[in-house]
Amino acid sequence: MKPNNLPSYLDQSEAVKARFDRINQRETILEVRKLGKRFLSAQGEVEALRGIDFSVRRREFVCVIGPSGCGKSTLIRILAGLESHSAGDVLLDGKPVTGPGQDRGMVFQGYSLFPWLTVKKNVMFGPQMNGRDKDEAERDALLWLDLVGLTKFADAYPHQLSGGMRQRVAIARALVNQPRILLMDEPFGALDAQTRSKMQSHLIDIWKNIDVTVLFITHDLDEAIYLADRILVLKAHPGEVQEVIEVPVPRPRSPGQFNTPEFLATKARLEELIHPEPEPEPEDEQAVKPHLIRLTDVADNVE
Amino acid sequence: MSTTSKWLGSVDGDARKRTLLGIGSFLLPLLVWCLVSYVPFVWHPKVHVIDPGGVDYFQVDMLVDKTMFADEVANMEREHLAVPTGKSANPIYLPAPDQVARAFYNGFVNPPQSKDVPSMPASLWHSIQIIFWGFLISSIVGVPLGILSGTYTLMGRLSEPFIEFFRYLPAPAFGALAVAILGIYDGPKIAIIVIGTLFQQVLIIANTTRKLEVTLIEAARTLGTRNIKLLSKVVVPGILPDLYRDQRILLGWAWTYLIVAELIGTSSGITWFITQQARYQHFDNVYAAIMTIGIIGFGTDLILARLGRRLFPWDRTQDRR
Repeated sequence: MKPNNLPSYLDQSEAVKARFDRINQRETILEVRKLGKRFLSAQGEVEALRGIDFSVRRREFVCVIGPSGCGKSTLIRILAGLESHSAGDVLLDGKPVTGPGQDRGMVFQGYSLFPWLTVKKNVMFGPQMNGRDKDEAERDALLWLDLVGLTKFADAYPHQLSGGMRQRVAIARALVNQPRILLMDEPFGALDAQTRSKMQSHLIDIWKNIDVTVLFITHDLDEAIYLADRILVLKAHPGEVQEVIEVPVPRPRSPGQFNTPEFLATKARLEELIHPEPEPEPEDEQAVKPHLIRLTDVADNVE
Repeated sequence: MSTTSKWLGSVDGDARKRTLLGIGSFLLPLLVWCLVSYVPFVWHPKVHVIDPGGVDYFQVDMLVDKTMFADEVANMEREHLAVPTGKSANPIYLPAPDQVARAFYNGFVNPPQSKDVPSMPASLWHSIQIIFWGFLISSIVGVPLGILSGTYTLMGRLSEPFIEFFRYLPAPAFGALAVAILGIYDGPKIAIIVIGTLFQQVLIIANTTRKLEVTLIEAARTLGTRNIKLLSKVVVPGILPDLYRDQRILLGWAWTYLIVAELIGTSSGITWFITQQARYQHFDNVYAAIMTIGIIGFGTDLILARLGRRLFPWDRTQDRR
C-alpha cells in the first residue's frame, strides 16, 4: 500500500480524540525530565541518552521504540532503578527514583524466573520480600496465577514451561507487588510469532482489567502500534526523543486492525522515523566478506 | 540444549549402553591385571622355589630371578645333584587379583586383634575422621568467603590476590610448622588438609558465584529484595547446585592430601597401615588398602551425585551427564 493514499497518522477519530482527552485528565504517574546518561566505555565517553522528556499518565500504555543502540534498554533500566542517570530527573508520583523498588515492576526479555523456585513460589517471592506472611503471599500468588491462566502449573519449575508460559509467570510475579507502573523490556522478543501475538492480546486483557500503567519497550513496529496509546520514538547516538506519536487506532484493539488505514499510516510514519536512510554498516560487519565458490555440480541448480 | 548435547556426544536414551561402558571401564584394567598375573608367559620374571634341591642358599617359597634359577639348574645338573624345582612368578610387589581380594576380605572380616598391628577398618575410620574434620573446617571458612568474594567486588579484590598467591604454596611444606604449632597427633594432619583445600575452595566458589545470571539479581531487586536477603534468597539458592558440585570435586581434592597429611607427626590412619604392611612385604594388604581409599572416595561421590539430583530437581546441567 502506498503511503500517499493513507490518512495522516495525526488524524484522530472523535472516539480516539475523546479517549486521549480522558487520558490527559488523569494524574501523571511517571515523569521523566531532561534525562541524560553518559558512561565510560573502552572507546571513551559515550552519551547513551540525552534530554529525554516525557510523562506517562495513570493506566496509559506507552511503547518505546527505536533503532538498535538508541538506549531504550538503558532508559527502562534507569526507570527501574537498576542503573543510575547522569542528568535530569525521574519522578514516580512526584518522588524521585533512587533505586529499584516494588512500586515499579519489571519484566525482562529473558524471563529471569528463579529456577530453584516453583511457579507459585516465584510469584510469592515479591510479597514475601516485602514482609508479607506466607499465607497471604500464597493467596495473592494463586490469584495472579489464575489471572494469567497458569493455576495448573503452580507447582512446576520454570524449566518445565514454554517460553510464553514463563513470560506469563514473569508478568504475574511483577504484578503481584501491585506496582504503579509495569516496565517491560522487549518481553516478547524471544517468542515465536504465534505465541507473541497471543501474549500481546493477553497483556491488553490484563491491562484493561487492572489498575496498572505500562511502559513497554519493543523493536517491533506492529507490536508497538497494536499495544500502545502513545509511542515514544527514540533515535540513536545519542538516544533522544524523536517524536511522541498518539496512536490513532481506536480501542478495543484486535489483530484485525493491522490493515486499517490508521494502523498503516502510523506504521508508515514509524518506518520513516526509524529507517530514514540506509545506515552505513558497522565496521565489524564490513569485515565479513563471504567468498562463495561453486561446490556443487554446475548443472545442479536449485533456483 | 539439544544441539549442545548432540555436539558433546551425549547419548540420551541409551542408559544400558552407558552402564555397560561404565562397567567395562573397570573391567578393562582388571583384565590386564589378570593377564599379567595368571598367564605365565606374559611377564613373570621370577621363579617361586618349591623344592630347593641341591642349591644350598635356595629356600622354599623364595623368589629368585629366572636367569639365576636357570644357572643353578644347569649347575646342579652338571654336578649330578638334586635339581631345584619352582614355578614362574611375578615380583612380590605385584600380587594377583585373588590375593588382593583375599586380603581385602580378611582385612575387614578378620582384622588383627593386637594393638601393635593396625587393622584396616580402624585405620580407615581414623582417616575418614581426619578428612571429615579437615573438609568441614575448610568449608566453614571457604564457602562463605568464596560466596562473599564472588558477590561483592570489593571483598573479592581484597581477598583473592593473596589467596591466589597462597594456593601455590604446597600444603605439605607447612608440615613441620603445623607439628610445631599443633602437636604430633591429629591437629597437624587436619591442618594440612585445610591448607590444601581451603584456598582452592575460596577461588572456585567465588568463580561459581560470579557466574550467577545478573538478571536474576536484577529481577530480585525490582521485586524489592535488598542487602542480606539478596544474598540469602537469591545468590545462595541460585548457585547451590553448582556449589554442591564444587564441593564434591573439592572433597576428592581433600582425599588426595590425606596420605601426605598422615605422614606428618606420628604416622596414623590408613597411611600407617599401608607403610606397616609394606614394611612386612604384605603387598596384597597394601593394594587392598589403596583400593579401599578409591572405593570410599568414588562411592561417596556417586552417592553425593545421586543425592544432588534429588536435592536440586530444577538443575538443568545434570541432564547432560
